[in-house]
Amino acid sequence: MPPLLELENVEARYGPIKALHGVSLKVDEGKVVAVLGANGAGKTTTLRAVSNTVKRSGDIRFAGKPLGRRAPESVAKLGIAHVPEGRGTFAELTVMENLRLGGYTRHGSIRGDIDRVRAYFPWIDERADQQAGTLSGGEQQMLALARAFMQRPRLLLLDEPSLGLAPLVVSEIFRIVKELNEEGMTVLVVEQNANIALQAADEAYVLEVGKVVLSGPSAELREHESVRKSYLGY
Amino acid sequence: MEAASATRPALRILRAPAPPPVVLLLAAACVALVIGSLVSDQFAEQTVAGLATGGIFGSLALALVLIYRATEVINFAQGQMAMFTTYIAWQLMQWGIGYWGAFVLTLGIAFAGGVALLAFALGAVFVRDWTFERMGIKQAGGGVIAVVIVTIGMLILLEGAAAWIWSPEIKSFPSAFPTRPIRVGGVAFSIQDLGTIGVALGSVVVLWVFFQFTKVGLAMRAAALRPFAARLVGVRVNAMLALGWGLAAVLGAIAGLMIAPTIFLQPTMMDTILIYAFAAAVLGGIESPAGAVVGGLALGVVLNLLGTYVHFVTSELRLPVALGMLLIVLLIKPTGLFGHRVVRKV
Repeated sequence: MPPLLELENVEARYGPIKALHGVSLKVDEGKVVAVLGANGAGKTTTLRAVSNTVKRSGDIRFAGKPLGRRAPESVAKLGIAHVPEGRGTFAELTVMENLRLGGYTRHGSIRGDIDRVRAYFPWIDERADQQAGTLSGGEQQMLALARAFMQRPRLLLLDEPSLGLAPLVVSEIFRIVKELNEEGMTVLVVEQNANIALQAADEAYVLEVGKVVLSGPSAELREHESVRKSYLGY
Repeated sequence: MEAASATRPALRILRAPAPPPVVLLLAAACVALVIGSLVSDQFAEQTVAGLATGGIFGSLALALVLIYRATEVINFAQGQMAMFTTYIAWQLMQWGIGYWGAFVLTLGIAFAGGVALLAFALGAVFVRDWTFERMGIKQAGGGVIAVVIVTIGMLILLEGAAAWIWSPEIKSFPSAFPTRPIRVGGVAFSIQDLGTIGVALGSVVVLWVFFQFTKVGLAMRAAALRPFAARLVGVRVNAMLALGWGLAAVLGAIAGLMIAPTIFLQPTMMDTILIYAFAAAVLGGIESPAGAVVGGLALGVVLNLLGTYVHFVTSELRLPVALGMLLIVLLIKPTGLFGHRVVRKV
């Protein structure tokens, strides 16, 4: 069986500036895979290459089929949910409208899933009609996960879920990611917080200036000398 | 349970903020209009007539707001599109199609025309960019301004085309409603005015329900507000924007069909109406659909009442008075009645 997502020698650029210099990585179905690296290493760009929201070249295959030049909206229809930098919240719309948009690509009723989300996050029930932009950062991140859940994707692309959140909230977010994963959702998460990412992920890749410099099972990377020094800080 | 009940009161305060001064002001104005109408028959008649013209301003203003929210473009051709589609309705009726048949067909044609105009404008921008790239000329964006210029071009083109196809002579246009008045307690209301108000408000309500409760309506709002995030959840943003232009054209066509019996069919019929509509849209806050409708109604009523009771406001002075009102509102509240300040990141 081919991996769910496969990148082969992917390059990407913003105008004249190259952000990825030939990235190759694999995400097997059912796994949580983390991409680590410093600012500007190309983590976000890697996710954007998959959802085709950056100019890119190279091979990207999803469930064995090349993504080619599919537009972002049709990538979403294939079953890839991309929660971008800034969480992709529709700040002007209500919490409930954000959830309904999450289910946009689906046919038929989404009511059952909305009920499940409400049962899981009781606070959503109370604030269903509140503007999503008025939520706290942690709540917005949870809403982004709930929105992604509504999409029922096979693959979730998650961009820096820990950004700007308190440590307790960060562990809560990763606990939810783990639960989504146990429900069968494959996750590719990009993180600067290597510590928590390596705890949650099965495998990880380390990017430096647009290239993969290191990869392997999380447990191994945690022990790796340079990872410890550069990213874990001990 | 205890924790929940403890947080309830605080939540209730969050949910029901005190009504802003604008809402209080409008409520007071409505009360004044009702009292005036009960006291004086003439006042009642003029208020209803004002609401009818106001409904037309409001529909067209709403069309401008729809397009502005979707694409940040002021569509200067909105009035001419309405005029042209009204001519199409006239032509269909000349060919023997009944009023309502022509009405529905015209709305369909208007929708297609609105979509086509956006496609044409975007195509023009694309060709320009492609040519410039070929010639090695560096230039930055300017897509929105380019589309605005295309709409100004369309304004001139449509007005010329209408005069060329149907001649610039004034034509009479049938009304959907009987012209005889209806008497309610000694007051004679024009059925045509009442019908116009009904159609204008009806289309606004239908549109509101569409945007609030349907999947496509929600996707259109998402596409206008956050195009990037909308694409990531699978919304085809360009299709949604085109739909917005189409709906705006339909609203304009309704406005044209409703006003044509009163002001007659001619290529320049919508020129001043568009200025009133623009004033109404800005009055309400250019990004607010509710504001556009309220702004249109307010403008219609105030102009009509001023024309009746203040003798120096003759028909020549209506437009300056309207723009004066706009100026005063913008001096007091620069974002318009219903607008709020938008902070944009650059």
